[in-house]
Amino acid sequence: MERFVDPLVRKRSVLRAGSETIAFAVMVIGLVIAPFFVYPLFLMQAMCFALFALAFNLLIGYVGLLSFGHALYFGWASYLSAHAAKVWGLTPELAILTGTLTAALCGLGAGFLAIRRQGIYFAMITLALAQMMYFFAVQAKFTGGEDGIQAVPRGHLFGLIDLRSDTTMYVVVLAIFLAGFLFIYRVIHSPFGEVLKAIRENETRAISLGYKTDRYKLVAFVLSATLAGVAGATKAVVLQIASLTDVNWPMSGEVVLMTLVGGLGTIFGPVVGALVILAMQYKLAFMGEWVLVIQGVIFVVCVLLFRRGLIGELAARLRIRL
Amino acid sequence: MFDVLGIPSTALFGQLLIGLINGSFYALLSLGLAVIFGMLNIINFTHGAQYMLGAVTAYLLLNYAGLGYWPALVIAPIVVGLSGILIERAFLRWIYRLDHLYGLLLTFGLALIIEGIGRNYLGTAGLPYTLPDSLRGGQNLGFMFLPNYRAWVIAASLLVCFGTWFIIERTRLGAYLRAATENPALVRAFGINVPRMITLTYGFGVALAAFAGVMAAPIYNVSPNMGSELIIVVFAVVVIGGMGSILGAIVSGFGLGVVEGLTKVFYPEASNTVIFVVMAIVLLVRPAGLFGRRA
Repeated sequence: MERFVDPLVRKRSVLRAGSETIAFAVMVIGLVIAPFFVYPLFLMQAMCFALFALAFNLLIGYVGLLSFGHALYFGWASYLSAHAAKVWGLTPELAILTGTLTAALCGLGAGFLAIRRQGIYFAMITLALAQMMYFFAVQAKFTGGEDGIQAVPRGHLFGLIDLRSDTTMYVVVLAIFLAGFLFIYRVIHSPFGEVLKAIRENETRAISLGYKTDRYKLVAFVLSATLAGVAGATKAVVLQIASLTDVNWPMSGEVVLMTLVGGLGTIFGPVVGALVILAMQYKLAFMGEWVLVIQGVIFVVCVLLFRRGLIGELAARLRIRL
Repeated sequence: MFDVLGIPSTALFGQLLIGLINGSFYALLSLGLAVIFGMLNIINFTHGAQYMLGAVTAYLLLNYAGLGYWPALVIAPIVVGLSGILIERAFLRWIYRLDHLYGLLLTFGLALIIEGIGRNYLGTAGLPYTLPDSLRGGQNLGFMFLPNYRAWVIAASLLVCFGTWFIIERTRLGAYLRAATENPALVRAFGINVPRMITLTYGFGVALAAFAGVMAAPIYNVSPNMGSELIIVVFAVVVIGGMGSILGAIVSGFGLGVVEGLTKVFYPEASNTVIFVVMAIVLLVRPAGLFGRRA
């Protein structure tokens, strides 16, 4: 389909590329330097959650679909990845691939059902399907019930590189995270991504323009689930554990919170949001159940006063795209 | 005693009864959700927490004020309903003009706050609520034993459900409500205070949840987590029934409770998930829901 490019839009998109490139460089440099100052395990976990939030944001931010069940893909990928590494003895890259494929299949099934309804119903359906899969995880033997799958071996990457050292593992996680980030960036700025945004703005109009919006929504859903799967599968290898926490509804709520705090529909928001929420959980761990209350308060404050999120607010102040 | 499909009748009817009990709660809660959604266009994620608040209020009244089940059945819905009115005035009214999804996120945050506070003060283990003496014991019906309290729960929730249906579908007040759902601006032009109606509707929906919570207290333990898992099942019930019709919410609530009870008899492994499976099938066959109008 031919696209009309307004010179002004083009000019702005060059500018946009500028601010985004600078932000990307800052992020990469930060992630390379950070392990010298911050506990690497925390950073690896943060990158996994950042990728999870990026995947979630692909749906809410660019197609306008609120999935309240993203723990399903994160958690089940985590289980299968852990199982593949521990029981089948696969190398870490194959274990992560196994988890990712599981998430993709789950996403295909859940997405096929969920896109039949819109708006609030979509959120309720994704939540209900995730809860169903949570109960399956509770009942299935291989998931280890309350104990989860523990002591997952990190193994040797491609059968060669030992991942037991946190430094080597860090490099691998960084590579996965950046690949995921660039992939999502590419999707958002592709012609496909433009159609997604059109659906977000006005689905009826996109349909009348001849786009089969259901197909676009399904592909976006599967992509999002798959990337959430990459995050979950990687997390299982890094932290060497897969448990019910990863697949239960509070996890779905957490990824919503991360994205909301960072900024819905911004490129860097989910990354910042994941870092902020995870750091908060670490710092406030001593407060026990009050963390739940604090998260609730953040939700309320964000929705009422701070809907653009941290990065969205920053971008609006500086009048740039981030 | 006799057998049905190789299952002893007491087991079958016992599970059917539990199904109807669960169905009562599904019906009351999905009814409240439907009423609130009709007026506010918000899916009230806080509903589960408000159901829990009802049970907790009953527990506190019994143990700290010496007020038993019957007073609690009146006081708890009023107290929790009033707290709902405060929530609507303080938080919800700011977001009516925004995308529906923000309503879901806001009420989810409120649910986390309420549940978190509950966990801090009550712990996560369940607290027992003793049954009132007047509702102890039961009837032997020959094919099964019917505890009085369970019979009461089913009867009371049927009464409340159909009372609500009657008010909304058959009275002048209900006509105003339905009109305000369709076109709030026009109803306002006729001199009816729509914002106040919205506030009261939310309070009423929340009171329904609290009423269900008080009734649930003697059956399940009172615990801060009792609402959050239930609300997800109720969401599935709402997706199946569609929120367009009050009667639909009631019928699908009871119906799915029974389906769940029967599953417990014939294939217990699936009893947790059967409602979600039904939801998936309904989405495949009738995407708008059993009673829903096509959007």
